[in-house]
Amino acid sequence: MTGTTLTPAVGAPLSRIEGREKVTGEARYAYEQPIEGVAYAVAVTSTVATGEITRIDASRALALRGVLAVISHENAPRLAEVGDGELMLFQSPKVAYRGQIVAGVVAESLQTAQEAAAAVALDYDAAPHDVELRPGHPRFYKPEKVNPSFPTDVAHGDLDAGLAAADVVVDATYTTQPIHNNPMEPHASLALWEDGGLTLYDAIQGTWRAHNDIAELFELDPERVRVISHHVGGGFGSKGTPRPQAVLAAIAARIVERPVKIALTRRQLFSMVGYRTPTIQRMRLGAARDGRLRAIGHDAFEQTSTIREFAEQTTIATRHMYAAPDRLTTHRLVALDVPTPSWMRAPGECPGMFALESAMDELAVACEIDPIELRIANEPAEDPEKGIPFSSRSLVACLREGAERFGWTGRDPTPGARRDGRWLVGTGVAASTYPTYRSPSQATARIDADGGFTVQIAAADIGTGARTALTQIAADALGVDAERVRMEIGDSRFGQAALAGGSMGTASWGSAVVKACKALLDQGEGEVIADTAKEVKALSKLSRHAFGAQFVEVRVDTASGEVRLPRVLGVFGVGRVINPKTARSQFIGGMTMGISMALHEESVMDREFGDYLNHDLAQYHVPVSADIQEIDAAWVEEHDDELNPMGSKGIGEIGIVGTAAAVANAVFHATGTRVRDLPIRLDRLVS
Amino acid sequence: MAEIALRINGEEHRLEIDVRTTLLDLLRENLGLTGAKKGCDHGQCGACTVLLDGRRANACLALAVAHDGAEIVTVEGLAAGDDLHPLQAAFVEHDAFQCGYCTPGQLCSAAGMLAEAEAEGVTLDAAEIRERMSGNLCRCGAYPNIVAAIADVAS
Repeated sequence: MTGTTLTPAVGAPLSRIEGREKVTGEARYAYEQPIEGVAYAVAVTSTVATGEITRIDASRALALRGVLAVISHENAPRLAEVGDGELMLFQSPKVAYRGQIVAGVVAESLQTAQEAAAAVALDYDAAPHDVELRPGHPRFYKPEKVNPSFPTDVAHGDLDAGLAAADVVVDATYTTQPIHNNPMEPHASLALWEDGGLTLYDAIQGTWRAHNDIAELFELDPERVRVISHHVGGGFGSKGTPRPQAVLAAIAARIVERPVKIALTRRQLFSMVGYRTPTIQRMRLGAARDGRLRAIGHDAFEQTSTIREFAEQTTIATRHMYAAPDRLTTHRLVALDVPTPSWMRAPGECPGMFALESAMDELAVACEIDPIELRIANEPAEDPEKGIPFSSRSLVACLREGAERFGWTGRDPTPGARRDGRWLVGTGVAASTYPTYRSPSQATARIDADGGFTVQIAAADIGTGARTALTQIAADALGVDAERVRMEIGDSRFGQAALAGGSMGTASWGSAVVKACKALLDQGEGEVIADTAKEVKALSKLSRHAFGAQFVEVRVDTASGEVRLPRVLGVFGVGRVINPKTARSQFIGGMTMGISMALHEESVMDREFGDYLNHDLAQYHVPVSADIQEIDAAWVEEHDDELNPMGSKGIGEIGIVGTAAAVANAVFHATGTRVRDLPIRLDRLVS
Repeated sequence: MAEIALRINGEEHRLEIDVRTTLLDLLRENLGLTGAKKGCDHGQCGACTVLLDGRRANACLALAVAHDGAEIVTVEGLAAGDDLHPLQAAFVEHDAFQCGYCTPGQLCSAAGMLAEAEAEGVTLDAAEIRERMSGNLCRCGAYPNIVAAIADVAS
């Protein structure tokens, strides 16, 4: 147990623990559990944007052979009010948006359930709707806080005075479109009631939180609810908390007294499981001629639904990125007749940094300063918002290292000056940041009869590599080879744990795993349960963030406006990297999603009928293999003892932050056209 | 209902099925072969890709009843017993997946593509692999690793 010649597992490029299961098809996701006698549920969704259901005729559906039930507000059980209107299925005849679940059908087979769902007839009393986020909307309001609990507005000094005193001012408005998470696995749930308790196999990023939420909704003792997610086919935030299909499965299984499963259709993912809000962002930067910032203003306008407030924290990164005496960041929201927006990879930082880092590029052009040097000149000595030190901050190192690797030196800043046949060529850079969080978690460590160790924690591996990273962390804490550790995750029975969100998974779970493993070594036998509530509470007051920089080369076809990316590089300062193989994948995946945001993704709202029009993967574009050329990730040495026992920062989200701005900045450098409205469509480059 | 015969991963099956059943639902719901995934059910994502009579096909777009007598290979049929198919081993080694949900489709598609390229006498460089693998979406963004894994096996 105390081998001395062991190579540490942390830092080694271990292949994914569950790799074999995933490449052989053995890995079972929520919908695929082999449960005897399972019935199939299909959701019926509203065809009006707002109003009330006046009549439901289920007779044709119920007459079909094999149909077990049609569920609606007329016959569904009452649920406890939990403050999330998206989960209050069948509690009233009201419709809040087009695509909301209004009925559910349960049948012996999927084919019959689908047929029956189409046979349910609904009449509505439709009301006028408003589904469009637009500048100057009369119903903009100031939310009490922004997601999850940041102040809505933060002011330092006097922004107007700072702008008036500046030599150079950038005042520009940027917009981003609604974009949908679209994990490859559609949201799915399988519900099973036994002895008044509920077991839910769910496509979820956090089983512990989900089991509490579901228990509250169904007024059950949380002990009687078990949520399991051994494998999750991506989430990117949209599977953070239970979604309507989990509630439908649980209600249906109770009504038909059989296990019931449901998988949403791809189309349904465009309404009821969240998306990134569209934003309208006004950026105001005031600087001295030498580029030193005097004033930073960032105002974000965004949407929410009428049944749940989700206030994206769009300007929070602007609060700590750069120093300036006069600063103001604000958020305003309007509640529209739309599905509720929600978390999508780096909510807040991602759209906000598109605006800030585009504006910084505009400022660099206006001041005739290299954009890297501009950022370095405005590097703050401490967190400008909170007035406290950073635990570590490697932005400058990332910019310098990236410049070296990318070959930035000697770049001619003149826009539209490099042509290669039909193609205009340019390069761009942007900074990136993401907070380093940690949340209380509980882990169990046990010595097994065969000399191995079992570690259990209600972590979720949604593709992040959590199972593998935690195995490495446990191996080092126990002083054994990784092969001797059995890491069991994805089950609410394992106790309280952070969800896979906010890039805090590994930090939160890893802390608990280390504590449990060390305590087990001290105890020398049996089993130990450890939790980290005290350590998390006792964290010193420091500003903890990861930083990075993305570098992009673009080629823009002057005939078609097509944008190609022959080279993309991200360099990050993220503390200690647990597993370089899976970490690289996370960074590249994040940057790929950022490229996608820059060039492809856009959910188009139908003003007339209140629905996202391009609600499938033929019309909603995400990158395919041919869209992604050379893309690489690197990281700088960063040692930070003020984080967690591993010294690690979260890496799931920082890759996407900054990437869209780097692309847009490169497009400006290539073409001289500043695109402030994402995505950078062909028509925005061909005029 | 209709009766059909299929040879799946080398095994004969005689099946009585609802004529509305897609090949994908037949595999997943009737036979418990859940390796082929349902990502969109519209032939737009490729997660359900299987080899149908030796060619890669979207199982969600194939009505099972229309393929009586067909030979099907799913991801479960790629490995030879405990020995992974070279593509499977390369995917693990190159970290060519994250969540794993598109992976069975990527693997079957890659296997089909290698056969196509061989039949056509095409050399598979990175650009050619990217083009030929563009029917299989990966939302986690593992494309560079997928291309590297396939290139490893192709060479």
